[in-house]
Amino acid sequence: MELLCPAGSLASLKAAVDAGADAVYIGFKDDTNARHFAGLNFTDRQLEKGIRYLRQHNCRLHVAINTFAHPDGLERWKGSVDKAVSIGADVLIIADLAVLDYCAKTYPNIEIHASVQASVTNAAAINFFVDSFNVKRVVLPRVLSIHQVRQLARVSPVEIEVFAYGSLCIMAEGRCYLSSYLTGESPNTAGACSPAKFVEYKETDTGLETHLNGILIDKFTDDEKAGYPTLCKGRFDVGDERYHALEEPTSLNSMEMLPELMQMGISAIKIEGRQRSPAYVSQVTKSWRQAIDACKASPDSFKPSVETEQCLSNLSEGSQTTLGAYHKKWK
Amino acid sequence: MKYALGPILYYWPKQRVEDFYHMVAKSDVDIVYLGETVCSKRRELKIQDWLKIAQMLIGAGKKVCLSTMALLETPSDLAMLKRYCDQQDFMIEANDLSAIQLLSKQDLPFSVGPAVNCYNAQTLDLFLNKGMKRWTMPVELSHDWLRKIVNAPLLENKRTDFEVEVFAYGNMPLAYSARCFTARSENHSKDECKLCCIDYPQGRVVNSQDKNQLFVINGIQTMSGLKYNLINDLKSMHNTVDVVRLSPESEDTLKMLKNFRANETGQNPMPLDKEQECNGYWHKVEGMVQVEV
Repeated sequence: MELLCPAGSLASLKAAVDAGADAVYIGFKDDTNARHFAGLNFTDRQLEKGIRYLRQHNCRLHVAINTFAHPDGLERWKGSVDKAVSIGADVLIIADLAVLDYCAKTYPNIEIHASVQASVTNAAAINFFVDSFNVKRVVLPRVLSIHQVRQLARVSPVEIEVFAYGSLCIMAEGRCYLSSYLTGESPNTAGACSPAKFVEYKETDTGLETHLNGILIDKFTDDEKAGYPTLCKGRFDVGDERYHALEEPTSLNSMEMLPELMQMGISAIKIEGRQRSPAYVSQVTKSWRQAIDACKASPDSFKPSVETEQCLSNLSEGSQTTLGAYHKKWK
Repeated sequence: MKYALGPILYYWPKQRVEDFYHMVAKSDVDIVYLGETVCSKRRELKIQDWLKIAQMLIGAGKKVCLSTMALLETPSDLAMLKRYCDQQDFMIEANDLSAIQLLSKQDLPFSVGPAVNCYNAQTLDLFLNKGMKRWTMPVELSHDWLRKIVNAPLLENKRTDFEVEVFAYGNMPLAYSARCFTARSENHSKDECKLCCIDYPQGRVVNSQDKNQLFVINGIQTMSGLKYNLINDLKSMHNTVDVVRLSPESEDTLKMLKNFRANETGQNPMPLDKEQECNGYWHKVEGMVQVEV
């Protein structure tokens, strides 16, 4: 089972490698990747250093080119594919069918993974990507229950990768336009959800308000910790109730399911968080490295240690974690 | 220009659905999409019921297309999709790549729905090569984006091989989730939802704390809080759009259809409701915005 960790910067890449990642995933400094945030991603010089570091430590490189090519911009996406191949990426993670088509035809020997943004949730969709582009792996969106993941793993002709830890996106990724509805920019069109340039924090007499493009996402009292206004994680009114109508600010943590994931033959687990700090990447990677090794050694008795669980929950959004959709009783 | 009625996105009782389509049969709509696209637990109508309605509409001179689910997660979801794809009397609207896979393997023609990601001419061309006959663009794209796709040199000689459809009226489906938001709003788990969507024939409104109507929740689907309305943009569609889609909100949508037809060339514009309607996406800005046309 591959432990695949996020590297939004050179420092994070080194942190992941040092903490025991088997592979890291990165994106270029443009809108061809879905973490197109200011201050994130790699310049060419940083890339060169990063690759040298990965090679020295026998670690694989995945490059995410996982947004959708604009109608007059396919050349930019093709350029990212060319660049990823030329720097020696081991894997390209792609969402757009046009980009997949280009990559599969131009570089038939490069390993391609269907990105989570490609929204592959069933066996026929997996076959679509295998037949059309010869993908070697699909990354499942965080919308399936553990039972559904098992059913898919049983029939999939290719490797399955799942998200194990990190910010929780509750929508079928790649098919959520909520961000463009409120801001004009979505992960699909601009490479970011709830982009930072639209965020505003307003101190008021009744508490701290978070806004996204002028829309009130949440309001916090003095004793509450204000979170980033990701639009699906605010408190809204439905009927007479005010609550997190779509999602709580919480992180996914599937560590207790590790023996099951291993047993069903999941090829890789992905840690979300290219936007997080190197210290975060280091701690999370270390926790998962230990867990995977412990689980491999004795799958029957594996249980995450109290310290590990504590560490992961401290690192998570809102200091809360959930099994998310993996858990059947999830509301 | 042709007019289409999209699939009913909400969960209505069987009788209401049947009554609605009897009204549709008498309306001047050209194309009707039928079927459940949101949640496989909504079983007021079975496949036979939908086929019966389809036959009735064919008898009334309508073109009929069977719409399929956007988010398929289980082997039984897929088995149901196969049943739809195996019948050959009606064209299928694929709302997931799985449907395109099943249909193209059988060399059957299909329509690509708005829930399938298609952002460029190369993707459209790929669908054309697999048997696509009609394409409804993703709701978040603009007129400008659409023009760039259909005018791409790649499609120059293929423009008559397919129709272009635009979602032009109704609450827009914006996201599909693992979670059932309607069940959550009633404090039920997804597995024990009690089919409560049937109590909300137009979904449930989600307001911001300062009373801004942000979204409508409809089972696992999150929709726009405001109704998209491109009635005053029809004139700008003439060279790029073949079919205009209205999404059934209630029986009144058929009246709206009349208004659309009346304003096809722009001679009967209709002021949009300032509080309830939007048209931003078409004009290349935030979807929720209302741009003065």
